[in-house]
Formats: sequence, C-alpha cells, structure tokens
Amino acid sequence: MRHTLAVLVENNPGVLARVAGLFSRRGYNIDSLSVGRTERPDVSRMTIVVEGDQSVLEQVTKQLHKLVDVIKISDITPEEYVDRELVMLKVNADPARRGEIMQIADVFRARIVDLGRKTVTIECTGDEGKINAFEESLRHYGIKELVRTGKIAMLRGHKATSLEEKRDED
Amino acid sequence: MELTAAQGLIRCLELEGVDVLFGYPGGANLPVYDALHESKIIKHILVRHEQGAVHAADAYARVTGKVGVAIATSGPGATNLVTGIANAYMDSVPMVLITGQVSTSQVGTDAFQEVDITGITMPITKHNYLVKDAKKLPSIIKKAFHIAASGRPGPVLIDLPKDVASEIIKFDYPKEVSLRGYKPIYTGHKAKIKEAAELMMKAKRPVIYAGGGVLSSHATAELRELAEILTAPVTNTFMGLSSFPGNHPLFLGMLGLHGTRYANMAVTNCDLLISLGARFGDRVTGKIESFAPNATIIHVDIDPAEIGKNVRVDVPIVGDVKSVIHDMLSHLKKKDRSDWLEEVQNWKKQYPLIYSREGKLKPQAVIQKLSEYSKGDVIVATDVGQHQMWVAQYFSFMNPGSLISSGGLGTMGFGLPAAIGAQLGLPDKRVILVTGDGSLQMTIQELATAVDQKLPLKIFVLNNSTLGMVRQLQEFYTDKRYMAVHFDFVPDFAMIAKAYSIEGYTITSEEELDKLLPEIMENDKAVVVNCIVDSNVNVSPMVLAGKGIIEAIDC
Repeated sequence: MRHTLAVLVENNPGVLARVAGLFSRRGYNIDSLSVGRTERPDVSRMTIVVEGDQSVLEQVTKQLHKLVDVIKISDITPEEYVDRELVMLKVNADPARRGEIMQIADVFRARIVDLGRKTVTIECTGDEGKINAFEESLRHYGIKELVRTGKIAMLRGHKATSLEEKRDED
Repeated sequence: MELTAAQGLIRCLELEGVDVLFGYPGGANLPVYDALHESKIIKHILVRHEQGAVHAADAYARVTGKVGVAIATSGPGATNLVTGIANAYMDSVPMVLITGQVSTSQVGTDAFQEVDITGITMPITKHNYLVKDAKKLPSIIKKAFHIAASGRPGPVLIDLPKDVASEIIKFDYPKEVSLRGYKPIYTGHKAKIKEAAELMMKAKRPVIYAGGGVLSSHATAELRELAEILTAPVTNTFMGLSSFPGNHPLFLGMLGLHGTRYANMAVTNCDLLISLGARFGDRVTGKIESFAPNATIIHVDIDPAEIGKNVRVDVPIVGDVKSVIHDMLSHLKKKDRSDWLEEVQNWKKQYPLIYSREGKLKPQAVIQKLSEYSKGDVIVATDVGQHQMWVAQYFSFMNPGSLISSGGLGTMGFGLPAAIGAQLGLPDKRVILVTGDGSLQMTIQELATAVDQKLPLKIFVLNNSTLGMVRQLQEFYTDKRYMAVHFDFVPDFAMIAKAYSIEGYTITSEEELDKLLPEIMENDKAVVVNCIVDSNVNVSPMVLAGKGIIEAIDC
C-alpha cells in the first residue's frame, strides 16, 4: 500500500541528503518526494509517498524520527486531504494537430505555456490520477520531455500538520 | 570574552568535562592544536594512527561513562576515523569527533586533503555538523555532546574548516540545549509496564535477555533485583556481558550463534522473554522463526526503532532500561519458580561448555586461566574473531562494564587501542587485552602509544598463525577449501615487545602460563604474552547459517 507522509524538517543544508540516504540505505521505496519551504522560514516540508505494508511504514517513520533534523512526521493517508502534483510536458505538435492537443488540454484544464515550431509545452496540476490520465492521453502524439514535481498534500478543514512550538536557531 | 573559534572549542570541551582527548594533528586542524597547547585541563593522547584515536576514545567512553572525544585532521585523517565511528555507532557509544576541514572557500574544490566527511559519516553518526559560522560553534558543541550522550548514545561528528577555526568569536557557552526534532523518551509507558509486570507474575518459564542497553543505562543492580525477584534465568547478548555476575546461579551465559546450549534451550523453551536493552540481532536469533517460538515477548528499549524491527513484540516499552525496571519492580512480588529453575539447571549440567585439553595449548584454557587468576576483577578488552567468542564463553565477568569489545561492527584492530583508552579511563584497574595474531597486526602500531603513556597493559595474543574465525567459516561453508586464512609469516610478538622496550613472553603450555601469570600480571609495565595455541580449534557450539539456535552443533 502507498502512504503519504508529511514530514517537517529543519531548513538546514544536508537535510534532503539525510532523508534520501536513509531511504536508500534501508531499502525503502520512495514513490515520490517533494520538498519546499513552508510558512516558517526555518522549517521545510517534505511530502514523501512511500510504498510498503504497515510494518515497513512503522520502520520508515521510526527511522525518520531518529534523524535530528526531522521535527514532525504525519501519515496523512487515512485522513481527508487534498493532494496536487504539477506536470510539464513537451509534446510533438505539428501545426495540423495543435488544435486536438489544445482541446485535450482544455478537458484537463491544463495550460499551454510555450509553443515551438513543432512542439507545445503544457502544464497541468491535479491529483495523481488526473496527471496519469493526462499523460496517457498525450502519449500517442509523442512526448519529447516530461517532468513531474511529485505530490504535495494538505489536510482538509481546520486540521493542520504544522508546528506550534517556538522556534529554535540552527 | 573574545577567543578564536578554536580556542572556544577547547574551552567548550573543558566545560563539558573532557579531560582526555585522543588525536592526531595535521594541516587543517592547526588552529585547534594551537589552542589545545594552552589547555591546562585536557590531556592530549597522541596516537599512531587516527583509527587508534577513535577506538581509544570509544573504550574511554565505555569505561568512564563520559563522552569520548577524538580529533583528526581533514582528508585522510578524517577517513581514518570512519571505521571507528561506525564501530561506535553500532555499539551505541557516546562520542564526539572533531575533524579539521579545508577553508570554506576551498570546500568543494577537491583541495589538498579535502574530503566530504559529513557526507561520508552521515549513515554512521547520530548526527553531524559542518561548521560554517564560527559564532554557532559553541551551540553546536553543546548540541553534539547532548545528542551523543542522551537517548541511545552514539557518535556525533563536527567538521571544522580551518578558516572558521581561526575566526574571532564572542565566547558564550549555552547552558541548555533545545532540539525540537530530538527528544528521547526515558520513562516507560505506565500501562505497558503494568501489563508487562502482570505477564511476569503469570509466566511459568520466563527468561531475561539482557543486552548492552543495561550497561549503558547503568541498570545492572536493577537487572539483578528483577532476576532475583522473578527467579528468572538471565542470558546476555555479547554486548550485554558483564551486566550480570558470571557466577550467579541464575546466569546462563551468552545466547545465540556461539552461545551456551543451555541459554539457547532456555530461550527456545521459555513462555515469556523479557528483552532489556537488546535488539534481536542476527547473531542472537539465528533463524528468526525458531527464536523463542512459544514466548510472549516484552521488549524494553530506548530506541523506538528497535522495537518490532526484527521480531514481533507483544509488549513494547520505549524507555530507559533502568527507569523501566525500577517502575516495574513496584508491581512485582517475589516469585518462586523451582520447577523451571531445576529444568534450566539440568540443561546446564547436561550441556556444559567443553573443550579438549589434549595436545597443544588450547586457546580456551588461556582464557579460563585468566578468568580464574583475576577472579574477574579486571577490564578485558578483546579484538575480533575466535578469541573474542572464547572470552565471551570462558571468562566469568563479575563487574559491570568489564568487557570492552567490538560487538556490532566486529572490527579487527579494535582491541589494542581500546585497551589503551580503557586504561587511561581507569588508571587503577588492571586492563587485559586478549587478541589474536590477525587482529593485533591491524593496529599494532599503537603499542608505541601504550609505551609512551606508560600503560601497564597485559596483552595476550592467542597466536595460531591463522585467521581462525574465517578458517572455521571456510571449514563449514566452503567445504574446507581454505583460502587466505593461514599466515605463512607471523612476526615474533615477544620480540616485537622488546623492540617497543617492554617485556615479551612466548608460552606454549598451560604449565608455563601458570608459572608466569603472577610475574606477568604484577609487572608495572606493558607486557606482551605470545601464546602459541592449537590452530585447529573451533568455536563451539556453533549454529550454522539458516538454522535455529536450538540446532547448534558441536565442532
């Protein structure tokens, strides 16, 4: 089963290497990992999608907790949450087929962000299922390049996975 | 007070109570050594190789309960620490390592003697720091000592670039540390402790399985009280040895792949396994499905990640072993279990540790004689290999913390520097090193450090001209096709001792050992005793790969 973890970490150099290194050396499979800053400059947030049964998840969580730079881990999988991913694709598009492609983009509420002589570049956001479907519908035109951000997620309603404690230096 | 960061560093170490520091100087740590020159409190021990420094600091920490500190320069100095850091990480030893680094402007340029030591040691430290801002150095050191010594102890590395070390800072050492991502739990969950205590009272055949955590939490008195109140036999992991008196009627010795048969039988037949500060490592469990198959398992550990990692656990208790046992005792009443005890005693009688004393001097006999002669009132450092297992089997430990050995990593070459660190930590104790001809040659250069420091180490080399443990493995696993396990040339260790200006003996029989032991043990200088032993002896019993611990063979 796949789990989505929201992990708050110190915004220190090397923290990504610590987390990534932990996953690789202990043989855990990361489906995706995205990291960025949060409402607090000293805290970064990682959204990690990890594949494994309950015992794997338990070990992942416990081992992550052992990292001094990891502040808080929330497994949001069983909760109500919103998740999004951004994809950018560069698709082969002769002038003749551009119309079709733009229609597909419309269906997915995607946006054309660049045009080349023989290509269009499209961005699309959504949950994983939508992004997969979008990718699939463009595949037969020939995808020259594709990049996905990995999933980010947030709990619905007033619930939050942020910190309440007071801040600490380094 | 204005100081250079390097002077600040030394001041911080003094404030942390560091009085002995093991190290080796170089270019990138020049400012640190210059600052060390001014310290009247810290004694610097100059080793002959950085690996010696880190193992010595490790053993110093084990015997004193303080944080061990080792220092090295950048590049090769730092990489030479790596084995020792991994060793301390595996055995949960509190240490702070300080490495020099090239100047910040040169970091990342493949400068002379530059290596990314924080990157290299990330998987083998509890945490590490690259100091980029001199102002933060005092708080980093405070945190490093706190992290190293608290919770499940371990090594922390601080990498200090040369230019940062020379910066002037306003010195202010923080009194407290706050790390929001690091909050070890010491007190066990009340309800779980009660549940465990109820199980202990109900159990018919309980066994206590005690590991290194009992020693690091100083819970040996509590362990004994628990065992006696429950009338539960106690078995030790290798790391747990010396946490329970070797001559106690409830003691079963070590369990696992080279454990006693009676310990393995007790564990296999128990209905309640009480694991205290142990981690169900593969050397202990053998085939995991056959390990304590009928037992309810209580697992007490300060590291939550150890619980449920290797075996299913019925009652998990995260906390400090000492505190947890203390809380447990209030729920317990004296319990007599004569039937169970009798059964265990019968196994002890039926399946004792045995070896043949015929022919050449047997390595086990040397250990037994050392145990008898010293009555266990010594610190025993060992290296890694067959001799180490024979120490575990045949030395009767009487005092907590009296075995200093590399358990998790199995580092050959640990012994001699560890003996040095132990002796410096406990100058009034007799320190014995039991080593092999293979292990000793890995860090033999540290004899110079021992002589330099006038340490009266008693070094017993069980010399079989063989890498005995690997030979034994090849006997069983590669059909006696012995490859690269016999040394064609072994130096004369007694002569080597003489070259280092200390006494060297060569002995070939038990009689010689009996005769010379008083003279050897009373010598106030270091002594090397080259014991020429039978090279065809195996560590027995032995559990073959993939087998359960009950299926041990005699070999």
